[in-house]
Amino acid sequence: MKIFLNKSLIAWYFILPVLLIHLFVIAIPSISSLALSLTDFRGMGKLNYIGFENFNELFDDRYFVKAVYHNIIWTIAFLTIPVFVALVCAYLLTGIKRGQLFFRLAFFFPYMLASVVNCQIWKYLFSPIYGIGTVLSSFGLDLLTTSPFTTKEYSLFAVAFVDGWHFWGFLVVIYLTGMYQVDSSLYEAADIEGASKYQKFRYITLPMIRPVLVFTIMIITIWSIPVFDYVFILTKGGPAYSSEVIGTYMYSQAFERFNVGYSSAIGTMMFFYVLIIVGLFGVLRRLGWEV
Amino acid sequence: MEVASFRKKELISNYIILGIFAIVSLAPILVLIFNAFKPAVEFGTNPIGLPNNITFQNFPDAWVQGEYSKIFFNSFKLVFGTLILCISVSSLAGFSLAKLNPKGANLVAIYLLVGISIPAQMFLLPLFLLWKNLGLLNTHIGLIIIYSALNAPFATFLIRSYMIRLPDELFDAAKIDGANIFQQFFRVAIPLSWPVLLTSALVVGLAVWNEFLFALTFVQDENLKPISTILFAFSWRFINNQALVSAASIMMVAPVVILFLLFQKRFISGLTSGGLKG
Repeated sequence: MKIFLNKSLIAWYFILPVLLIHLFVIAIPSISSLALSLTDFRGMGKLNYIGFENFNELFDDRYFVKAVYHNIIWTIAFLTIPVFVALVCAYLLTGIKRGQLFFRLAFFFPYMLASVVNCQIWKYLFSPIYGIGTVLSSFGLDLLTTSPFTTKEYSLFAVAFVDGWHFWGFLVVIYLTGMYQVDSSLYEAADIEGASKYQKFRYITLPMIRPVLVFTIMIITIWSIPVFDYVFILTKGGPAYSSEVIGTYMYSQAFERFNVGYSSAIGTMMFFYVLIIVGLFGVLRRLGWEV
Repeated sequence: MEVASFRKKELISNYIILGIFAIVSLAPILVLIFNAFKPAVEFGTNPIGLPNNITFQNFPDAWVQGEYSKIFFNSFKLVFGTLILCISVSSLAGFSLAKLNPKGANLVAIYLLVGISIPAQMFLLPLFLLWKNLGLLNTHIGLIIIYSALNAPFATFLIRSYMIRLPDELFDAAKIDGANIFQQFFRVAIPLSWPVLLTSALVVGLAVWNEFLFALTFVQDENLKPISTILFAFSWRFINNQALVSAASIMMVAPVVILFLLFQKRFISGLTSGGLKG
């Protein structure tokens, strides 16, 4: 009996429940996914080992390649526009006292809302029957006469816009926290030197918040790959694959066509991508980048 | 506190720029609110303005047509079920990692960190097959276990980082009074950690309430679906009655808004401190 009450063992009993549910829900299925990606399993019947054939097939699958390309565009879009806008707004917020709380809450608010609700809002606003388009056309402007979600040229950008609209306030709060940790004597010194608003931002704020900035760049790079909700709800990857991303493509392979092996190969590739990005930032930290 | 001091003239331009972005953030949501109080006939002439005639009828209509009493019950069950399971296992683990320092605790932390970064698509399908074989598809308990596992690493780290700052003297004093480890956990650690438990509960509860992908995949029975996937179906079913859809959306948002206004600091710090949950 005594051996089971050994202090170190008791400490492990406390951790056991978390590990157990995590093992069942995430670890075991993930490892199964690694194994299934090397098979031609289709949900039932026989399961054959086919080596890396699924992966070879993926590189020849033009819809998958298209989805990867869309994810790259998505990542670049998120790394630039929301980051830039959030940096500017956070910086401007540090300069005001009155109303700062209001702006912070206003920017952050869409981040709290469900993807389903945010998509509903923008589907309505972009709809040619009810939305902004009808108001514009009453002023004689024929913009948005068709919904960008159903237009091949714009669908991907329209979806990314809605996701970015909901996400950028999150960045504002993170950057703002970082900016308040900057030593204010640096700004006082710059004021004495007669530095402009832009110069202070460029030469004091930006270098001082670099760790926070790098952190957000890392999470955007990671989060841009498994995006699913906004694409699935707004366009389901359409029209004609024009907004298909890896997440929705994998979902249709898995749950519409039941290509278990093939979709596991897609999931496996996403996992290795994340691992590489996390590893990359880990290496940068080791190299003394203070990230 | 003022970090970068701005001149008077600059202040005005600051407010203008920030004001424009605040409008971009909030105006779409305001349109949704306006629409929820508009009679359906008004949409043709007044699509995005304030309602000319305010009606409250959309809410009971949506409530009845979408059977929302059932749906709210489903979602509340998922939220509270997850909170009970997730917060209890996370506070046990957080306590152990913070105060008991077992050998190999670092490995657990690394394991959970890797676990957080695994994209859902990696394990979604095998998990679906596993749940099918275990008879957990189309059950709330099946989804509660998934949600707990997804959110537990975040909650564990948050709770650990709070408990690690509790003074060791308190635990030593309890030990001298004859309290065993379980009593130290229940009588000392838990009562002192209520702020972090509340923050974790708010963040996890919000994640469950809004969750879409796993709800879509694991519950197909209309009677068991939570509010997110129901609203998705509802918005297609009533695509020609935007008054109903807007009212239904507001019903999903209302509990979040009330809690957000009450606990905004906790929400914001919890959601950004984790920084690891979508």
